[in-house]
Amino acid sequence: MYKIDCDVCVVGGGPAGLAAAISAKQNGAENVLIVERDEALGGILQQCIHPGFGLKLFNEELTGPEYYGRFVIVAKELGVKTLLNSMVLEVGEESVICINSEHGVCEISAKSIILAMGCRERTRANIMIPGTRPAGVYTAGTAQRLINRQNEMVGKKVVILGSGDIGMIMARRMTLEGAKVEAVVEIMDYLAGLTRNRVQCLDDFGIPLLLSHTVVNIKGNDRVESVVIAEVDENKKPIMSTAREIECDTLLLSVGLIPENELTGKANIEISPVTKGPKVNQYMQTSIKSIFACGNVVHVNDLVDNVSAESKKAGAAAALYAQKKLKSKAAITVETGENVRYVCPQTVIPADEKVDLYFRVMKPQKNVIITVTDGDNTLLTRKAIKVNPGEMEKATVSVKDISSLKVSVKEA
Amino acid sequence: MKADVLVIGAGAVGTAITRELTKYRLNVICVDKREDVGGDCSKSNSAIIHTGYDAKPGSLESELVVAANPQYDKLTADLDIPFKRIGAILPAITDEQFAQLPEIKEKALKNRVYDVQYLSKEQILAIEPNINPEVKGGLFIPRESIIDPFIYVVAMAENAVANGAKFMLNTEVTGIRKDGDRVIGAETTNGYIEADYIVNAAGLFCDEIANMVGKFDYTVVPRKGQFYILDKNTGCKVNHIVLPIPTKITKGKLMTPTIDGNMLVGPTAEDLPDKYDKSTTTEGLDSIRADVQKLIPGVMLQDTITQFSGLRPNRNPEGLNIDVYDDVKHYVNLSGVRSTGLTNSISVGAYVANLLREIGLKMEFKDDFIEKRKGIVCIRELSREEQHKKILENPLYGNIVCRCESVTEGEIVDAIHSPIPATTVDAIKRRLRAGMGRCQGGFCGPKVIEILARELKVDPKEIRKNNSKSYMVCGKVK
Repeated sequence: MYKIDCDVCVVGGGPAGLAAAISAKQNGAENVLIVERDEALGGILQQCIHPGFGLKLFNEELTGPEYYGRFVIVAKELGVKTLLNSMVLEVGEESVICINSEHGVCEISAKSIILAMGCRERTRANIMIPGTRPAGVYTAGTAQRLINRQNEMVGKKVVILGSGDIGMIMARRMTLEGAKVEAVVEIMDYLAGLTRNRVQCLDDFGIPLLLSHTVVNIKGNDRVESVVIAEVDENKKPIMSTAREIECDTLLLSVGLIPENELTGKANIEISPVTKGPKVNQYMQTSIKSIFACGNVVHVNDLVDNVSAESKKAGAAAALYAQKKLKSKAAITVETGENVRYVCPQTVIPADEKVDLYFRVMKPQKNVIITVTDGDNTLLTRKAIKVNPGEMEKATVSVKDISSLKVSVKEA
Repeated sequence: MKADVLVIGAGAVGTAITRELTKYRLNVICVDKREDVGGDCSKSNSAIIHTGYDAKPGSLESELVVAANPQYDKLTADLDIPFKRIGAILPAITDEQFAQLPEIKEKALKNRVYDVQYLSKEQILAIEPNINPEVKGGLFIPRESIIDPFIYVVAMAENAVANGAKFMLNTEVTGIRKDGDRVIGAETTNGYIEADYIVNAAGLFCDEIANMVGKFDYTVVPRKGQFYILDKNTGCKVNHIVLPIPTKITKGKLMTPTIDGNMLVGPTAEDLPDKYDKSTTTEGLDSIRADVQKLIPGVMLQDTITQFSGLRPNRNPEGLNIDVYDDVKHYVNLSGVRSTGLTNSISVGAYVANLLREIGLKMEFKDDFIEKRKGIVCIRELSREEQHKKILENPLYGNIVCRCESVTEGEIVDAIHSPIPATTVDAIKRRLRAGMGRCQGGFCGPKVIEILARELKVDPKEIRKNNSKSYMVCGKVK
């Protein structure tokens, strides 16, 4: 077997892995290696040719390739090493095993490891759409890859299920390529993705958005011939009397993302049942001290800018760990209060520093007060005009001498 | 084109007959209208090799299934087919079911299945802790087994090819020519095939072939079975095939591990008029949930990675029939080869070969029959050292295309250039599991299209999911 030694090994060369590797290097790790399964760095951003990235981080509107391109340049300048076309098969406390065509099975030993594998899309089967199983049912991301990286058009008459960001972006992309997008269908009574995407991708192109609707049947034995959609009641059950058939050759699904944690699970790292990603502290450290995680593998983000910020922390902490400079102290569990589905990080080690608490609400709410408390002591209150499960919120608090931490969202 | 024997249908039964005939000095052609072998019933079933314990005693089906089961140890070893004898448990949950156990055991004896054992409640819960704790006791049928049904058909076909048989796929029989009262050949979408003998193993479509020779004594009544496949990581698993005690109406719904470690839950049994209706329905899937929860209360159907349905080629009037006729000579007709067809295919092969001999086919043993077949190397199952060695031999084995099931580009290329070439996305999936994991082809699908197009030297828009109209992409972007 081919052996490689490094200080910090980063699994995944997408936006999370790139930002983490750069930060590890900047924080004193000498030998930083990114292992990436694709033929190039950039991850899913390689196929995100639309603009909208970097507004927070660079104050500019960049395309996906422009955004990660900036990180690739810095990583190269700093001397981050990469192993491309390499699939990681196993992660241990201080080892990573991957295979590639050039070297065969590679055994990488590392002082710390950063997991940055990203996420995958939920499928038709996950949401159990009944009907036939013809060609022409794609997840939105798969269609995006075919169109933007392989130059292959997936269909001409399209229905999109799910108003996630990728779904809306693909509605626009398909329209620009001459396809007719019949409708974007969303089971919830609110938008799953960002409002700006609804405006720029649907409204501007006259694509109808049908809230409280779902696909109840797929027809066609060979290729999709039509889908049947229906309105749903308050329990999300289809009202069959409202069913109508839409002729189409393609059904795209944008029905959610799941952190890709096969390796994490196999490494026996503790996984949150809510985020489906590893539980981490504010240093993005997992339940195995030498292993850190960042980006969508931890929890699904809606903005890459947040991923980069979070990954920077993971990289810095992993570098300190590799230099034996990261102190390990008892952590407290962050509690989820009213209308809070999850908070990431799940645990916080009290320290003289400020911590960004990223969280998502359970249901949409208007005119709210966000509070972070330590018992009776309020650490932060902030008003918000509206909160939405599709848009991640952030609360930054000082965690010096805290003994508990709870995030709540209440009506003002 | 000319054959001593033309076999119509390349499912489990057709390929088994074809392979059996290659043990003799015969020129055998097997045709199928689909793009791949095993493309219909043989690919969507419960993937169980039955013992025949519950067959109708004295029936041909009983005889064939009971004779088939013991053959699978050697056969699967010879042909490199994944197979496990995991055994089946029939738990009696209610007192009424418990009272039925002696009768079931007696029926097994009548079918000459002598190794059925009684298990106490404690014994059942010890080996299968997820079974309903209300269980009163049950039966254990040790030789009920699981197999890879896709590889089974491919392996049988490949071995037949190695022994001289010819497979013609995408070849639909449109008519059968007769000379007086005997058949002499078949018109197909790929030209006329002159044949001394013809075997109808067309499964779901066997009545249509029978009509072509002038037989109208039965019709195929497809019986749909819907299934769930659960993720390998689902929190509630079983180690054996867990079968319900049958009622008068139905054999009921089971839960079993698949050969690859997923859980298979189902099937429904719905008689349909449409031979092409392989849709799943909310009602069907809900009925599986309701029934299986009685057996395995903790079953986590939310961990499903896919749902599918298959059609059993039942017939009316019912029953497995293998017929020869006085007024249609040189012709064998198979019908009603239904749920047990995968299991009994191996005995059907021998049975049909003998029947052909009886109706006059000259059959001389071959001295050079090749008994063994080796499948495509499965990289994920090798040790790290072996993987390393393989990748250095062929770098394509180092390029993982399907992340969920760890399938490499090398294996995909091997499948495309195998004796029964995999030329569609589904054919690749069935042989290698690329696209069969939890992302259901989301990641590997586009790459598989690319590799297929490259290896077959066609444009990606020519690549199909399965049959000719199931295109994956429709041309280049602007």
